[in-house]
Amino acid sequence: MRYVLKKTATTLATLLVVSLLLFVAFQLISGDPATHILGTGATPERLAALRAELGLDQPLPARYLMWLTAFARGDAGVSYVYHQSVSSLLSAKVPVTFALAAMSFVLMCAIGLPMGIACAKHAGSPIDRAVMVANQIIMAIPPFFAGILISWAFGMGLHLFTPGGYVSYETSVPRFLGYLVFPAVAIALPRAAQLAKLLRGSLLEEAGKNYARTAYSRGNNTNGVLYGHLLKNAFLPALTFLGMSLGTMLAGSLVVERVFNIPGISSILLASIGNRDYPVVLATVMLIAVFIIFVNLLVDILYKVLDPRIDEE
Amino acid sequence: MATTRTRSLLARIPNPRLFCAGALIMLAVITLIVIGMVWMPYEPTAMSPDRLQGVSAAHLLGTDKMGRDILSRVMYGSRITFLVALGTMAIGAGFGILVGAVTGYYGGIVDEVVMRVTDGLFAFPTVLLALVIVSLFGSSTLNVMWALGIAFVPSFIRVARSEVIRCKHLDYVKNARLMGVRDARVIFVHILPNVSGVIMSNVMIGFNNAVLSEAGLSYLGIGSQPPYASLGQMISEAQEIFFTVPSAVLGPGMVIVLMVLGFSLMGEGLRAAEGRMA
Repeated sequence: MRYVLKKTATTLATLLVVSLLLFVAFQLISGDPATHILGTGATPERLAALRAELGLDQPLPARYLMWLTAFARGDAGVSYVYHQSVSSLLSAKVPVTFALAAMSFVLMCAIGLPMGIACAKHAGSPIDRAVMVANQIIMAIPPFFAGILISWAFGMGLHLFTPGGYVSYETSVPRFLGYLVFPAVAIALPRAAQLAKLLRGSLLEEAGKNYARTAYSRGNNTNGVLYGHLLKNAFLPALTFLGMSLGTMLAGSLVVERVFNIPGISSILLASIGNRDYPVVLATVMLIAVFIIFVNLLVDILYKVLDPRIDEE
Repeated sequence: MATTRTRSLLARIPNPRLFCAGALIMLAVITLIVIGMVWMPYEPTAMSPDRLQGVSAAHLLGTDKMGRDILSRVMYGSRITFLVALGTMAIGAGFGILVGAVTGYYGGIVDEVVMRVTDGLFAFPTVLLALVIVSLFGSSTLNVMWALGIAFVPSFIRVARSEVIRCKHLDYVKNARLMGVRDARVIFVHILPNVSGVIMSNVMIGFNNAVLSEAGLSYLGIGSQPPYASLGQMISEAQEIFFTVPSAVLGPGMVIVLMVLGFSLMGEGLRAAEGRMA
């Protein structure tokens, strides 16, 4: 319990540091929001009035607190370009991107974990060596290139789906998920290959330790040692990797959404970067950061559950 | 003489076959880039009426929808990708190792603050962090290199810091300090060369990630601006003509894959062999 509290405190500290860094960076670079909203031709009186309305006449720490509390309530300001609230711009798109990332994550585990275990079990066999070489190649393929190849092979070749024929989750959830499978595979494959390699290596390292030999001497067969003894210990490095993967999958979604014409946050984020629409960029990045930081907390707690020995260093 | 020396060096590599395969691939990619610096079949931005040509003797990888020679563009684009990745590593590893080694060595409140910031930044995926930086400073090839470089700093801070902390209580470091060696010399002359293996393997992994990140960013249209395209951008432009001229996508795509594969196979070859289940 003390561990959980301590980790929660560090998480909150990290969250504060990240939000402060982002806020200050965007404040320093982005210039005066009032000029952005009203344009350069606005009268000084109107600019001053808007600044007072937005709270821009306050000192920086006060503005940071205002922004942070508003963000926590779901209010991320108004877009300079679209003149509507950032939350209304993002609300329909965020679930799409997160669904794609989540599906990629599930696929990565479904492919990577069994493959890693199987390769460790048959380490040194021709199949293991072939899989490991194949993994090395798969890791070198960027997801967007894999995505193009997949939409060519499965979309145009096998007619399993229509590239560009995205179906909204509001229309049909099964068809929405069905369309997402293909981009999810493109995002998941290189990470699954990495996961398999990591788990295989970590299992083999555990297999060389004394407790594994003892487990064998007590009459366990390979499966008994593997699943009963090694897996739990070997899984710890994989857990760290899984935690970091969620962030990578979100970043991967940003790129792959474009390959498959998926209306997630990628298009609006890139358009906003091009338009210097800072409130949208800041809100999107902050949202992803909060998510990733909380995932890290979850990983830390799971780590403790799996290995109670890690404690306050 | 030279052959025996080479042979003894190769013998020390745990998996020489993988290492050589990787080295050959890397050599091929670098040759393509170096030739491209001296000579290209066509000017990479020169348009011609021969649009959307397939593979032929005149255009080994065909032409794109503006009639530009794809092989020449691949040669030019791989140069950009390669140089951006090299620059990224120079910035990321340079700053990261410096900061990580110094804060790890001295510890204290500065170290604590640096670690908090590093943890915060480390939580970000590289591409996202680079997007933030590019959105603040504008999108150009040089900015992408700086953005990716900065995005890679936290990982190198972590590695260098933990390695220096591991070594600073070892006897040879204590001995050096007792003999009155200055701190800077202890860090950079005594400790860092001893941990260079760990750091080098991180540089190799980092280079691959840099290539993949640059490709992803330029696919999104961030980085080098048309008509001078890097590989990711070529793929993005060629996606719609994939069925007419497949080589327009496959050419630059394969170069990215080979560039990453070469280094990762070399790294794999250097790793010690693992055990197996009894």
